[in-house]
Amino acid sequence: MIRTLGLFALVAALIVGTGMVQSWNSALLILNMGLVSAVMALGVNLQWGIAGLFNVGIMGFVALGGLAVVLTSVPPVAEAWAAGGLRVMASLLLGAATVAGAVWVWGRTQSGWLVAAVLAAGFVLYRLVRDPGVAAVEAVDPAATGFLGGLGLPVVLAWPVGGLLAAGAAWIIGKTALGLRSDYLAIATLGISEIVIAILKNEDWLARGVKNVIGLPRPVPYEIDLQNDPAFVERAAGFGLDPTTASTLYTKLGYSVMFTAVLVILLVLAQLALNSPWGRMMRAIRDNEVAARAMGKDVTFRHLQVFVLGSAICGVAGAMMTTLDGQLTPGTYQPLRYTFLIWVMVIVGGSGNNLGAVLGGFLIWFLWVQVEPMAVWVFGSLNDAAQAGLTDQSGALRQGLAGLTAHLAENAQQLRLLTMGVVLLVVLRFSPRGLLPER
Amino acid sequence: MDPLNALVALSNFVLIPAIAYGSQLALGALGVTLIYGILRFSNFAHGDSMAFGTMCTILVTWLLQGLGVSLHPFPTALLAIPFGIAATAALLLFTDRTVYRFYRAQKARPVIFVIVSIGVMFIYNGLTRVILGPDDQRFADGERFIISARTFKAMTGLDEGLALKTTQGITVVTAILVVAALFWFLNRTRTGKSMRAYSDNEDLALLSGIDPERVVRVTWILVAALITVAGVLYGLDKTYKPFTYFQLLLPIFAAAIVGGLGNPVGAIAGGFVIAFSEVGFVYAWKKVLGYLLPEALAPDGLVQLLATDYKFAVSFMILVVVLLFRPTGLFRGKSV
Repeated sequence: MIRTLGLFALVAALIVGTGMVQSWNSALLILNMGLVSAVMALGVNLQWGIAGLFNVGIMGFVALGGLAVVLTSVPPVAEAWAAGGLRVMASLLLGAATVAGAVWVWGRTQSGWLVAAVLAAGFVLYRLVRDPGVAAVEAVDPAATGFLGGLGLPVVLAWPVGGLLAAGAAWIIGKTALGLRSDYLAIATLGISEIVIAILKNEDWLARGVKNVIGLPRPVPYEIDLQNDPAFVERAAGFGLDPTTASTLYTKLGYSVMFTAVLVILLVLAQLALNSPWGRMMRAIRDNEVAARAMGKDVTFRHLQVFVLGSAICGVAGAMMTTLDGQLTPGTYQPLRYTFLIWVMVIVGGSGNNLGAVLGGFLIWFLWVQVEPMAVWVFGSLNDAAQAGLTDQSGALRQGLAGLTAHLAENAQQLRLLTMGVVLLVVLRFSPRGLLPER
Repeated sequence: MDPLNALVALSNFVLIPAIAYGSQLALGALGVTLIYGILRFSNFAHGDSMAFGTMCTILVTWLLQGLGVSLHPFPTALLAIPFGIAATAALLLFTDRTVYRFYRAQKARPVIFVIVSIGVMFIYNGLTRVILGPDDQRFADGERFIISARTFKAMTGLDEGLALKTTQGITVVTAILVVAALFWFLNRTRTGKSMRAYSDNEDLALLSGIDPERVVRVTWILVAALITVAGVLYGLDKTYKPFTYFQLLLPIFAAAIVGGLGNPVGAIAGGFVIAFSEVGFVYAWKKVLGYLLPEALAPDGLVQLLATDYKFAVSFMILVVVLLFRPTGLFRGKSV
């Protein structure tokens, strides 16, 4: 308990310290993304820490959450719908029917050739219906829209929708891949996450692909509106702040409050689940699958259940993140950042312990952001110290040293990868159960 | 109907690129399969070890080029490969000593090894990017083509050109040499035999006095050689970029699993299966079909089954189909 409180106090101190040393703006940025990371870590912890499922496809579910924001909150593009929307929808139904038909045929006949024939015929039909529709949709003002748009609903609704979307995808994936051994499941989920990103990048009619959807609706007021609001300016002056700073802080704090609410709700639910008979059963399955099966537990179904739940949480976090960014940029999703970094958070925080995962989320995110400025500062002061120490005769040495530190400072951003690796390995070696071990 | 031109177009756009890419994948997959056979885990740091080996080779290549050493008409990088292998072997052995050995002594579960290899992956990734940066690097020099499209057209009088890049020729020849050497080593030498024995049955191998640590060391050195060669060939043929190498992890794993994890012959077959499917699915068949079909039936569209970015989806679909219907892979590997 003391350890938990102490470590969370440390995180709070780090963030407040950032606010005092750098700026409150950066501190709030770290806090907001820390909250999002903590939610993702909760989802992964549910799968790995509690159920022992090795899922490295988190990036895919996070991206699906991001897609949900576009599909929910962007106003529909009426012209595109008129041009080919129904055709595209029909082709999607056709594609789904093809897959369902193939599964049905397999169930009835077990004939691989028949299934292949169904799939091939369905694929040709699907392309015949889809291609003209997609071309028509993407031709509608491609510089500004060229996609179908969303439903035009309030953006906060996108968060549960993101969870549902990720849950649906996880159900399909789980049905096919969960029977695999741990490292096969890892490769399979890694592949699926790459495919999700490939779809987001390519299917321009869906979310504009690499042209990005920018200017997504926000759940908090715009800074410029606040600055033009006399009442707000007056209140800001009361705190001794100028309107610009006050408005950026205000909007960021708005996000912080909303994200905290989501995190607290999910954390409470996760804790209740962990300590319920369901949680004990999941841990029993994790620790000894054979014994759990012998006790009459439906291991396959439980794995699927927890896989869907954990992925849904990642989807919610992904939707929150895209809302915070205000744009969906499929080109920026990279497995190191969106899959493996979350894994580092869970392992370092303490797998199997929900509070540990949350702690890991904050701590690792802080490091991820702050390693670069710290490294630049360290290299700079090292260089200064060395330059001061060297005498004038060693000109070449001084130049070489300056060049080396400049090169390192230039690539300091990459040092965070190195740091994450070292942190993960050190924790695994010396505290394999994480900072806050499972009780 | 013009089968000759169709064949040339097919060779130029599908067969030759797929054979070259397949050779690169096969070398990479051999590395995965060796690690799986001896150390019994899936090494997620594989793609980044490959990037590291290539990076070292590139640095030495630049040094050699600066010194005026050249192997014209061959790329200078070929001279630098041994240095790259040595550096990579040193790094892998150092990693094994400081990281993996601890977990081996503990007899940790394979999944722990995989998580540890994720940590190693982060470190290698950071290392290559700090040293050489995250951007594209070109280091190919020497003659660009064995046969260029124009020469081929002039020689044969066909409408379609056939280009054979030097790097593609070198890739195939090198891959054959490396694979031959590897199989000779595994089947004919004492150390190779002890490696296979260790892979087949660890306890029996230990009882017959095989030193496990030596087997592991030799494995890492072989892996270093394989992936450095694979990485350099890929970099010469296409381009070097750390992120691309990281992404190669997926097709390489797919190749190893499709062929049957732990089975070297399977890894090679898997590499070619994956390469041919990837290239075949994302190639626009309009031209070839245009030559083959009567004019009335000639296709209007590109006849591209999938957009180029979906090539991961192809290797992945094959992987899933194999895992679901034949979990041990095409050639009986050790699994499940």
